[in-house]
Amino acid sequence: MEREVALEMRGVSKFFGQVVANKNVDLTVYKGEILAVLGENGSGKTTLMNMIAGIYFPDEGQTFVNGEEAVIRSPQDAFKYKIGMIHQHFKLVDVFDAAQNITLGVKTPPAPANGKNAFTRFFSKIGHRLQSGLYRKKEVAAEVKKIADKYGFEIDPKKKIYDMSVSEKQTVEIVKVLYRGANILILDEPTAVLTPQETEKLFSVLRKMKEDGKSIVIITHKLNEVLAISDRVAVLRKGESVGTIETKDADENKLTELMVGKKISLNIERSAPVNPEDRLEIKGLNLKNHEGVKVLDDVSFTAKSGEILGIAGIAGSGQKELLEAIAGLQTLQSGDMIFHNPKKDKPVTFFHKTLRRVKELAQEGAFRYENGETVDFTGMSDKQIKDLVNEGKVLFKEDEIIDLKDKTPLQIRELGIRLSFVPEDRLGMGLVGNMDIVDNMMLRSYRKGKSMFVDRSRPGKLADEIIGELEVVTPSSHTPVRRLSGGNVQKVLVGREIASAPKVLMAAYPVRGLDINSSYTIYNLLNKQKENGAAVIFVGEDLDVLIELCDRILVIGSGKVTGIVDGRTADKSEIGLLMTKTKKTAEESVKEAAV
Amino acid sequence: MNMKTVNSGEKAVKEPLFHIVKRNAVPLKQRILIKAGAIVLSMIVCGLLGTILTGNSPFTMYASLIKGNFGQESKIWAMLQETALLLGISLALLPAFKMKFWNLGADGQVLVGALVSAGLMYKLGAKTDGVLLNLLMLVCSVGAGVIWALIPAVFKAKWKTNETLFTLMMNYIAVGITGYMINQWATSGSGTMGVIKYGWLPELGNKSVLTIIVVALLTAGMVIYIKYSKHGYELTVVGESENTARYVGINVKKVVIRTMIVSGAICGLIGLLLAGSINHTITKTLVDGRGFTAVLVTWLADFNPYYMIATAFLVAFLKSGSAQVITDFKLNNDAFSAIITGIVIFFIIGCQFFVQYRLIFNSKKKKKGEN
Amino acid sequence: MVLFTVIRESINLGTAFLFGSTGETITEKSGHLNLGIPGIMCMGALGGCYGVSLYLRGMDPASINGFALFIYAVFFSMLFAMATGAIYAFLTVALRCNQNVTGLTVTTFGVGCSKYFIKNVDTTNFNYASESLRQLFPFASDMNEFWQIFFGHGALVYLSVIVALVTAFVFKKTRVGLHLRSIGENPAAADAAGINVTKYKYCAILIGSAIAGLGGLFYIMDRLKGTWEYNVDAIGWLAVALVIFTMWRPDLSILGSFFFGLLSVLSGYVSFLPTQILELFPYLVTIVVLIVTSVLDSKENQPPAALGLAYFREER
Repeated sequence: MEREVALEMRGVSKFFGQVVANKNVDLTVYKGEILAVLGENGSGKTTLMNMIAGIYFPDEGQTFVNGEEAVIRSPQDAFKYKIGMIHQHFKLVDVFDAAQNITLGVKTPPAPANGKNAFTRFFSKIGHRLQSGLYRKKEVAAEVKKIADKYGFEIDPKKKIYDMSVSEKQTVEIVKVLYRGANILILDEPTAVLTPQETEKLFSVLRKMKEDGKSIVIITHKLNEVLAISDRVAVLRKGESVGTIETKDADENKLTELMVGKKISLNIERSAPVNPEDRLEIKGLNLKNHEGVKVLDDVSFTAKSGEILGIAGIAGSGQKELLEAIAGLQTLQSGDMIFHNPKKDKPVTFFHKTLRRVKELAQEGAFRYENGETVDFTGMSDKQIKDLVNEGKVLFKEDEIIDLKDKTPLQIRELGIRLSFVPEDRLGMGLVGNMDIVDNMMLRSYRKGKSMFVDRSRPGKLADEIIGELEVVTPSSHTPVRRLSGGNVQKVLVGREIASAPKVLMAAYPVRGLDINSSYTIYNLLNKQKENGAAVIFVGEDLDVLIELCDRILVIGSGKVTGIVDGRTADKSEIGLLMTKTKKTAEESVKEAAV
Repeated sequence: MNMKTVNSGEKAVKEPLFHIVKRNAVPLKQRILIKAGAIVLSMIVCGLLGTILTGNSPFTMYASLIKGNFGQESKIWAMLQETALLLGISLALLPAFKMKFWNLGADGQVLVGALVSAGLMYKLGAKTDGVLLNLLMLVCSVGAGVIWALIPAVFKAKWKTNETLFTLMMNYIAVGITGYMINQWATSGSGTMGVIKYGWLPELGNKSVLTIIVVALLTAGMVIYIKYSKHGYELTVVGESENTARYVGINVKKVVIRTMIVSGAICGLIGLLLAGSINHTITKTLVDGRGFTAVLVTWLADFNPYYMIATAFLVAFLKSGSAQVITDFKLNNDAFSAIITGIVIFFIIGCQFFVQYRLIFNSKKKKKGEN
Repeated sequence: MVLFTVIRESINLGTAFLFGSTGETITEKSGHLNLGIPGIMCMGALGGCYGVSLYLRGMDPASINGFALFIYAVFFSMLFAMATGAIYAFLTVALRCNQNVTGLTVTTFGVGCSKYFIKNVDTTNFNYASESLRQLFPFASDMNEFWQIFFGHGALVYLSVIVALVTAFVFKKTRVGLHLRSIGENPAAADAAGINVTKYKYCAILIGSAIAGLGGLFYIMDRLKGTWEYNVDAIGWLAVALVIFTMWRPDLSILGSFFFGLLSVLSGYVSFLPTQILELFPYLVTIVVLIVTSVLDSKENQPPAALGLAYFREER
């Protein structure tokens, strides 16, 4: 079959220092097709596409557009070849509106050379220059509307980007590329932030463009999407191209094999929870962000010991804020977070309690002796009390109940609550990129002791242990973590957080950007914590993984809990529907209110 | 550019001459080499400039530079004193900068320290000369420096008020107040104070020694503070990532305020030395822009206290040296040293690029992106 | 009336701030905080003096042609300022150096250079030259104080207002302005949209420097009647403050500069406070504005989001 080639790359390589991002990659894109570029995270898909779009310049190799060699040094060059890219992290100016973003940087057509003689021509040219130099709001908005209508987009040209949802922003990006007359569209992980329903809508738009004769390259690591939308699949592994196949000849197993090299089972082991107890009770959390928008709306649930509670939802539905609220990093409008400290029948210590506090609790009748008799300190001297406690003779009657509301992270720690948190932003929140592994270990423990100075010996040992046990690839424990690869950074972070044997372990997107092997290491670590009796809260984006790993899955939509399902019986479409539930009801209620 | 004219043959297409890539960590040796290269280059440029301005060969100028620093014993002391002053103020800035608090107000913080010292010397000197007065001066000038640093710090901590511009403005307010006080104190409207006879700090040999000793102690203290103390650890975390700091329960506001107290205190102390030990008077220009120069010293040394010693020395060397050039070549113009210093610093700042980035020339396709 | 004189004087002095702040605003809109503006203004002043002395060389002061003199002064002032700005631009754009440090060094260097080289400029007859620069409308000298407010200035004063208005128009209404603002807000987005970020940054810094340089020229040749003084850099710092005071809007800067001018001028007319204290007012007011804007923390009126950050396309 004769197909016209739109774009071809031959032997393209790109290096970042010693890191090989792409090596000797060949790629062909035909006209009027949808090509999926498939590969794991870190396999060099985005780098390759960035070279077509003029963001990076290749160190080796050639690019051909319509059969002619093309040198793409910058995004302008890419536009000249009618190539446009929709980046995963949108490149939009927040304080501008949609129309301004769409027309940004577009060169106006040259002046029409009308006029009788050189003199009038000159002035009409100048006039044209001046006119086209102006930014005319209305005309631009009309043009944008025209394009949007052609492909069936919904877009409000006057809406500011900072007021937009993710899917609206993506629409702006696509229209922006079409406005420039692109014939080759590259979309980098376009579905990562969309609901299943929004994804369907996007796919239908893409099909419409394909019929219009445009070539579409879509980067993804989701196999089902590849099979649903593409005509051909090009697979990258560790920066090299490992082959291109027709989608109709492919199935999930075959693609997985190409992608990771060896066939791997998607099975994650999941043990049944062992006598689960309520560990963390969340009651009616309400939270507004600093712009006054409600991000958590009456959220209630209970995390139990010995189980993994998954949290599913579209990115930005309040997951981040929920975990941060529990960790003491947000100021709540209302709600309670009751922590059940499993102290029942355990001896009282002075590690986290003052003598006064112990006396108070004793007065409330919270302690007992080994024989079951309630502790009564009346008439005892401080020394006697201290001795009794230090000998371990005073026991808790029940679990300790502590409300974490309005507690700072420091206060939570001082109360002796072992709550660990693996935040989404590893190098921006969980770790300090420019510090070495030892100093990063110290983040949680440096306060120990009364000395003015820090003690690096114990964190040093911990660092060595983690490097050894979790197989962190690093030159030494004195390497700044910024220089480690994503998977190793995450191992360091998770390793530190589980080192304190947490009672509650929260992890937000802990496998984002990790290769399959590292991902499994993390899953295993979470499972081990679960078996040790921790209450694990796992925020994930891959529904398949959530369903395989979690005991229960809480679905959150626009800051509301829209359902809690059993991980063993749930199916994907059910969760997908729950994810969008409140959004629709909210829209409906607005409409109703308008009527 | 119109690319359509290019035939599909092999190599008719224009490529960019070079492109820039980010480097990995550069070994220390190479980094020092790059910086040394930059300094040598800048000295060549300064030499040429000197030749153009004076008509003398660059080498006579270099000789003058060295003579200005090492020619006599007094010159060595002056150079050491200048190094110590610059280093002292830089050390004050170091914890603030490590915390990413851009304190451009050292000039003002030093000046108010000096002003308070001079005021005490002037007002109380006749009554209580001696150790008691010196102690009072110490406490008050350190306190004044702290207050001057604390005002922007509190607003930064509470409302994230831009500290770069706030501290900058505070400098001019300090200068204004100093001018006003001098007018109040100075006799017969001369507008200058003259040497105050009382409250001099102890002289250990000559008037530079005390400053040098104090700054040497400060340097050691600051190295320990930054590297080994919990405070130093906390402020580094805050500087690297405020989110991480909050995440591990560091009270960011407290750290900002505490660090600026340290910064202001050291500035106040330097002010005390300037007024009580070195100059024995107060003028509006007593600090002489050293607060700004110290910003450069701290930055050029990558916030490393050991490099800061070298950088402070370099800047002091240029200052004393160019003073000698001015006398030797009868330039009769003290602005010459600012020009020389500017040029050298331009080169050192510029060379930072070559530490972080690398140029790849595309003249021929390389087989491999070597290092 | 003293009041009219005070207003006239305030507008007059405000011109120095207005040039400086307009230049700095243009630079900052491209994402570059240029703390070298004080040095650049000194160099602008030096260039202006050089231009004037070049024009005056061997000339009888009676035969001064105001227009030609103006062109000489403005041309050389802008040229010198631009050349100094070019150092800053090269270091921060091409070599991606820290903007604060580079800016401060440019100030040190600029102040030093101007102090050094002004001694080589022949300043004879500068008073005549200044006189011709100080009055655009010959008929104004016959008017009363009230009309002097509007007509009793030199050409540079009117030029500064025009430049500020044009700049505001470009920011708000034109594509070039849109492009420039997008670079200051999000250079990666601008780059991906096909805007030549490097070119815009260079242009913004160079044009901004040239405009700021005129502030120095005005201060020496108009305000100080052609005598050199060593505090041009203080004017420069106030100009930087004015940018914040007016929240990156050159049209507001016109009013802001008048206000700053008023605060500086007032010390000559008011006796209830000592001069040294009155002179502090512009700095105090700027601090108050800094505090107020940070406490209000509104979405609009914020500095360009990418201010102070170097842009490297291949950043990962």
